[in-house]
Amino acid sequence: MMKSLPITIDSVRKAYGSYVALDDVSLDIRAGEFLTLLGPSGSGKTTLLMALAGFVRPDRGKLLLGDRDITRLAPNKRDIGIVFQNYALFPHMNVLANVEYPLALRKTPKAEARRRALDALARVKLDGLAERDIAALSGGQRQRVALARAIVFEPRVMLMDEPLSALDKNLRETMQYEIRRLHDDLGITTIYVTHDQREALIMSDRVAVMNSGRIQQIDTPQQIYDRPSTRFVAEFMGEANIVGPGAARRIDGADASHETLMIRAESFHLDAKIVGRDGVALEGTLRAKAFRGENWLLTLALDGGQEILVCIPSALAGGCAELATGQRVTAYAPAAKVHPIPGAVA
Amino acid sequence: MTVLADPALAADARRERRFFLSLSLPALFIVGLAAILPILWIIRQSFLTTGGDYTVGNYEKVLSSGLTWAALVTTVELSFGTLAFCILLGTPLALALASVRPRVANLLMAFVMLPLWTSILVRTYGWLVLLRREGLINTALTGSGLTAEPLPLVYNFTGTLIGMVHYMLPLFLLPVYAAMRDIDANLVRASASMGATLAQTIRTVILPLSTGGIFSGSLIVFIYTIGFFITPAVLGGGKVNPLSIRIERTLSTFQDWGSASVLGILLLVLMALIGMMFLVARRLMARNKFGTAHA
Repeated sequence: MMKSLPITIDSVRKAYGSYVALDDVSLDIRAGEFLTLLGPSGSGKTTLLMALAGFVRPDRGKLLLGDRDITRLAPNKRDIGIVFQNYALFPHMNVLANVEYPLALRKTPKAEARRRALDALARVKLDGLAERDIAALSGGQRQRVALARAIVFEPRVMLMDEPLSALDKNLRETMQYEIRRLHDDLGITTIYVTHDQREALIMSDRVAVMNSGRIQQIDTPQQIYDRPSTRFVAEFMGEANIVGPGAARRIDGADASHETLMIRAESFHLDAKIVGRDGVALEGTLRAKAFRGENWLLTLALDGGQEILVCIPSALAGGCAELATGQRVTAYAPAAKVHPIPGAVA
Repeated sequence: MTVLADPALAADARRERRFFLSLSLPALFIVGLAAILPILWIIRQSFLTTGGDYTVGNYEKVLSSGLTWAALVTTVELSFGTLAFCILLGTPLALALASVRPRVANLLMAFVMLPLWTSILVRTYGWLVLLRREGLINTALTGSGLTAEPLPLVYNFTGTLIGMVHYMLPLFLLPVYAAMRDIDANLVRASASMGATLAQTIRTVILPLSTGGIFSGSLIVFIYTIGFFITPAVLGGGKVNPLSIRIERTLSTFQDWGSASVLGILLLVLMALIGMMFLVARRLMARNKFGTAHA
């Protein structure tokens, strides 16, 4: 187990001219935590990561590694392992030389450097490819070399900048589990940047959702998904329906909430009995339906004109195939899955 | 198992290949007319007496002359000297240009390229104004008391070298700058993140990845400098006599086409030798890749 350190980001601001990339961002990352910065492009997540790495100089604010202030420390003194989006492997060195590189810089004796590099390659399941040229590797293999190179010098923090975005879907899913497994084995504090909300949910201990240079919400994947604090988070995290006060009625006839509600598309059922009497019902006209393999996606136009998405798992969607557009449909959601969003307007 | 191709489609493919090959014909024609033919003519000329009879006398005369070998040495010295200074001055400059913001790089590049737009004759005489005994530099040096006597900066090897480096630097810079600019900025960042100082990154990442550009630049420097005439003629003051000047003198003073042709062939052979040396060096460097950051 490596000794890992907590990270403190304290009111960090970075502007490029009038464009504010980081708007007084504060964030505490626990030692050994896997935290994901999630957001659309331009949300500031990569800027924040590069500030931690030392490649972006903040206008103000503080960065702490453990209790050491690294705000003004040169990148090569920070002892942070980084996996870049395009891997950034040295094309003029073979796999082994790439992985030995950080050890060579630290004047590690050659035999020990060799042993540790081979160990790191074994950890990422690349045994036997040590002598390969980088050009002869597949995308997934390059990703693994980049990982091995980032962990081999036992940094106390790892930063990953959309490391899987160049891989195809199946490989991406395999690597998500492997990166998480590697993190759990090494216990190293990891900050992971992605714009893929599924990836963030699957991999993270906590997710920080960013938009316009600010952290919108930071919480566990489940809380972020089920209890988004803003409309932006709700919509970024999946198919969310935001309905205004009065659009939903209580099944038991009690007064419906006077707040704006968030109901995820897959929280709906077409059968009121499953939902329970304290659930809500939304009635509308079927506008469109699409079969997506594991589920059906129905588009309902509510009487107020607003459209909502209803997602019914194929296994429970006995009647979906027979539904015709123009037909009246009522969708039911259990109370536990109806989440008020304070301050939001539908 | 091969599947028989449709003959009509195969013919289309052939026609397409032929068309693209045919695009090189005008260039081939001009190269043949302007380069290959004259070279063949010079080779023939080198075996003729002034009377037009076949002889090897030209070769005996030229190769036994001490002046020829002195000129050969001067040519090599000038070329390698120019190259050395181009590498020493140009590589850091290229690195600087590749590191600054693109807008600044373009501005600096314009300054670097400016001399290329000026006639070489103007530039060479410009150096004369700066470098001669009563020139700007010597006036400043003696006037400020830095040196008691004016320095011999021109009409010698030093002056010639200064003029040639000045001429060649932009041409050397271009391919090196292009190679360095193409290096992924993340490679430099990755290197730093793993603990490399800037000097270590330059040595283990930037320079190894720029060798292609440095080789191209060096080859350009050689191709130009080996036959350089104006700069040694103006700034050499008669004391710097590379092969090019010997050829000119052999022709203008003695009208000896035979000997001049032999000297021309000597220049050609020298170029070929150096070219081969470059190829071998390149091959060797590619083979033992800059393995690790060790050593």
